[in-house]
Amino acid sequence: MPLCGFVVLGLFGKKYFSKSSGVIGSLLLLTCTLLALYTSYNYFIVEGPINGTYPTLTVFHITWLSFSNNLSIDLGILMDPISVMMLVVVTFISFMVHLFSIGYMKGEERLATYFSFLSLFTFSMLGLIISSNLFQIYIFWELVGVSSFLLIGFYFEKPAAVAASKKAFVVTRFADLGFLIGILLLGYYGDSFEFSTLIRQLTDTQSLQFTAITTASFAGVSILTWSLILIFMGGAGKSAMFPLHIWLPDAMEGPTPVSALIHAATMVVAGVFLVARLFPLFSIAETALNIVTFVGLISAFLAAVIACTQTDIKRVLAYSTMSQIGFMMFAIGSSNVGIENSLGYTASLFHLFTHAFFKSLLFLAAGAIIHIVHSNEMKDMGGLRKYMPITHLTFLIACLAIAGIPPFAGFFSKEEILLAAYHSNKIVFFIALITSGLTAFYMFRLYFSIFWNKQKELHHFHHEGTWTMKLPLVLLATCSVLVGFIPFGKYISFNNKVAASHFDPIFSIAPVTIAVAGILIALWIYKNESNKAKQLAVSFGSIYRAAYHKFYVDELYLFITEKIIFNLVGRPAAWIDKNIVDGMMNGIANSTQNISFLIRKVQSGKIQHYLLYFFAGIISMLVVFIYLWK
Amino acid sequence: MLSDFLQLMLQELLLTIIIFILLFLKLSSKELSKVNLLNIINLLLLINLIGGFFTTNSGTLFGDMFQTNDLLIFEKNILNVGVLIISLQSYDWLKTHKHLVEFYILMLSTLLGMYFMLSSNNLLMFYLALELSTIPLAALTNFDLEKRQSSEAAFKMIISSAFSSTLLLFGISLLYGTIGTLNFVEIPAALNGSPLQLFSFILLLTGFAFKISAVPFHLWTADVYEGAPVAVTSYLSVISKGAVLFVFTSVLYTVFEPLSTSWYNMLFLLSILTMIVGNLFALRQQNMKRFLAFSSIAQVGFILIGISGQNIVSTASVVFFIVIYLFSNLAAFGVLTIVSAQTGKESMNDFNGFYKTNPTLSWVLALALFSLAGIPPTAGFFGKFFLLLAGASKGNYLLITIAALNMVVALFYYLRVIQAIFMTKNEKPIEKIKVHLFPKLALLLCVIGIICTGIFNTVYNYIFSLLK
Repeated sequence: MPLCGFVVLGLFGKKYFSKSSGVIGSLLLLTCTLLALYTSYNYFIVEGPINGTYPTLTVFHITWLSFSNNLSIDLGILMDPISVMMLVVVTFISFMVHLFSIGYMKGEERLATYFSFLSLFTFSMLGLIISSNLFQIYIFWELVGVSSFLLIGFYFEKPAAVAASKKAFVVTRFADLGFLIGILLLGYYGDSFEFSTLIRQLTDTQSLQFTAITTASFAGVSILTWSLILIFMGGAGKSAMFPLHIWLPDAMEGPTPVSALIHAATMVVAGVFLVARLFPLFSIAETALNIVTFVGLISAFLAAVIACTQTDIKRVLAYSTMSQIGFMMFAIGSSNVGIENSLGYTASLFHLFTHAFFKSLLFLAAGAIIHIVHSNEMKDMGGLRKYMPITHLTFLIACLAIAGIPPFAGFFSKEEILLAAYHSNKIVFFIALITSGLTAFYMFRLYFSIFWNKQKELHHFHHEGTWTMKLPLVLLATCSVLVGFIPFGKYISFNNKVAASHFDPIFSIAPVTIAVAGILIALWIYKNESNKAKQLAVSFGSIYRAAYHKFYVDELYLFITEKIIFNLVGRPAAWIDKNIVDGMMNGIANSTQNISFLIRKVQSGKIQHYLLYFFAGIISMLVVFIYLWK
Repeated sequence: MLSDFLQLMLQELLLTIIIFILLFLKLSSKELSKVNLLNIINLLLLINLIGGFFTTNSGTLFGDMFQTNDLLIFEKNILNVGVLIISLQSYDWLKTHKHLVEFYILMLSTLLGMYFMLSSNNLLMFYLALELSTIPLAALTNFDLEKRQSSEAAFKMIISSAFSSTLLLFGISLLYGTIGTLNFVEIPAALNGSPLQLFSFILLLTGFAFKISAVPFHLWTADVYEGAPVAVTSYLSVISKGAVLFVFTSVLYTVFEPLSTSWYNMLFLLSILTMIVGNLFALRQQNMKRFLAFSSIAQVGFILIGISGQNIVSTASVVFFIVIYLFSNLAAFGVLTIVSAQTGKESMNDFNGFYKTNPTLSWVLALALFSLAGIPPTAGFFGKFFLLLAGASKGNYLLITIAALNMVVALFYYLRVIQAIFMTKNEKPIEKIKVHLFPKLALLLCVIGIICTGIFNTVYNYIFSLLK
């Protein structure tokens, strides 16, 4: 197994240097995927738990740079349940995306560049996952940022893509500065960058480091909390959490498979992964954990509402990603140490796992649709189900999964999250419940507008796509159906112990009902314009028929959804998002520019002035340091 | 005595000999073509560089005026590497210049001045060495003989440095007045922090701040950098700054250690000002040389943070960062030198669509800018990280936060250049440039430096071991 991890890395390193074309890239990734699967098989099944606990293995470790006697920067590979799980997710999704890209990007001039960027991204993502210390994770974290910058800006002829890539890079970098300071704080007080050492030293209430970090405080909050909040800031930036989410919708300018890889399954969940990694520390800092919960919750809800108003399908998916990650965040935030309360942790990672499959499926399907329609706008689509039967079916599966309908994958994970929220905080639970209803609504709004609705004339209709485009869709759809049945709690839990899966059929009635209601509303509104509405109404059974005939209810529904939700909630939310949050960030950038313009006058080109400033500098230093600030 | 003299001053002697050889070459240069001359000179510089690696003595000379040890030798070697790179890069420009031997004589004289400055163990010695390293530089600045701008830059430089030297000398004499000694070993014991001593210290500090162009003593930088030939600009921004920073660090840590609380506050203020002003100015520059000038001012701000850490790690980080900074900045300037020598273009707009015609040069420039912006896996990231880590050990998080914010701003303007090179369309991009072997070698050296210095731990560990 150690070898496996190393081989995975080695392969990627090599690939990064050679310009690989699509097929080579896909083949190499296939190998990696198989290796990752083999690794996880080894880890979970063959080696299995020792005394009911999965071991945390440091496979490879060297001391790299030493600062002082106890503070050094090391390199290492860490294997524990979450990293093994992430390994599988990342390699698998990446493989699917590679495969899909062969068809999608055909005819693109810079194909080799594209695939080498993809590989670079996958490499850095894998590096991030297996990092054994904070410093290493930070390096790969930044690398992920760089490669996503390259990928988003891949269509560099489009000004929007360039702007988006730059925005993504700068916003996440801004968040990373919090991460960096957090690392420095933790490293300085915790005397180590290693996860294992840090966690051991800081969770032990007797240790020197624990005393140091909890007694030292800044603005009334202990350094431990500060550093974790700052680290979470980094995570929130990458994971597009409110209010650092502004880059995500714009980042949809990149090629669609890239969105599937980066903005659905891998990079954006890095924040969740980071919190999970440091969870033992978060769990002793209550405030930090609460911040995680509420940021997650706000993001989940806000994004869901905004998603209802978007018309660009990729943007809908982007907001839905943000919403789902919000789910993961608040799930992890609402869990706590202790066997019965750590459910949220498992649930969060479970959702991460299932979400990766169905969200990348959604994106790839959207890619296939865009490939044919040549537009991102919903109004240009409709009635596509006849033209693209496979895409239609897989998209439907993904929608059902994300809406949380049994027996699809999303149901199990979302249900666990809701259960965790229910145990910890009722308010959180209700908001989460409403959000999951909204999720179902907007996903099916999307589904019906694309595949049903009125038929659009397609002027240049191509084939649905090559088999390399269909195969990933089918495989991912299969996974979206099946992975929910994995007894996840058995493998991943807070203390790496084997825990039973929590599943409560009675509890799940409420979420499922709400989800179904959401779907029905969507069905009602967005399928109505279709010619075949009546036939379908019959097939969809009595609920629909009854509602259909009660016209005033219909009106009411329409009023509520169209007028109230859209105009009163959705639009303002979108407006706030666009003008205030975005505007604030732009404002900072603009004012920096303005100040720079103002002070430019100082640089006049006249040497007398320079010397005058020089002299003034000396005088002011004298005044400050001799008289005022000794 | 004589053997001591020969051994301890080996590097200085070697350089002096080279300068004399050049003088003789100049006298007999009628027979030699310029290309041959350049080959010979670069060979001599290589010998100088290699010779530096074989000196490992430590000791003092001339009644404690001159000192040397392993760290100083290493620092001198770093400067040698930089000078060699600059010399190789400016091949195209010098090939057509009629006074190329003088260029080298002047440049090596300033280098000699820097050697003595590094090795000085007495403020008087330090002052002399500083002057030796400054005055020929003003002449070098004037080396674009046809350009008025170049003369203007030289004039500005000589006036400003005379001004700063005067104040420095004033500070030294005041210090001598209060404590009666200028020896580095004896000064610390006599310092008591009286206002007069602080006054003289501030004057000394401004002398340093002027040379490393810390705000508000930086104003000469942009004009001089823009007016000077690119080779001289890169020499000013890397070699001259690096040498002064080395001395600055060691003087603060050893000689003025008793005043450390005062100078910590001063550094705090200077570094914040330097970072912010440097970055804000860099945002709006259109000329590439000015842009790099301001970005290098901002980099100095970061170095000052590292210096403020006051321990072994900070010294190591500062030296380490300067090595990295040398490679990154020289790579950027190198591309600029080549472009400017062959096309005369220096504006940022001229670089629009540069990637289309010159992909390799574009990648080198992009790598250098990424390193300057501190993005992994380039060495610049490690350098910045260590500087911040060293600074953080003081527990001043305001400083670290401002620094981190500035890194974001810096990223923004470095990306602007990268965007121009790779993404902006241009009907008439700079035509394909043919790069001669020497500049190619120099760029290769820089690229290797940018990538390897960070990833392999040898350099840092070596610096760290020198300090222990």
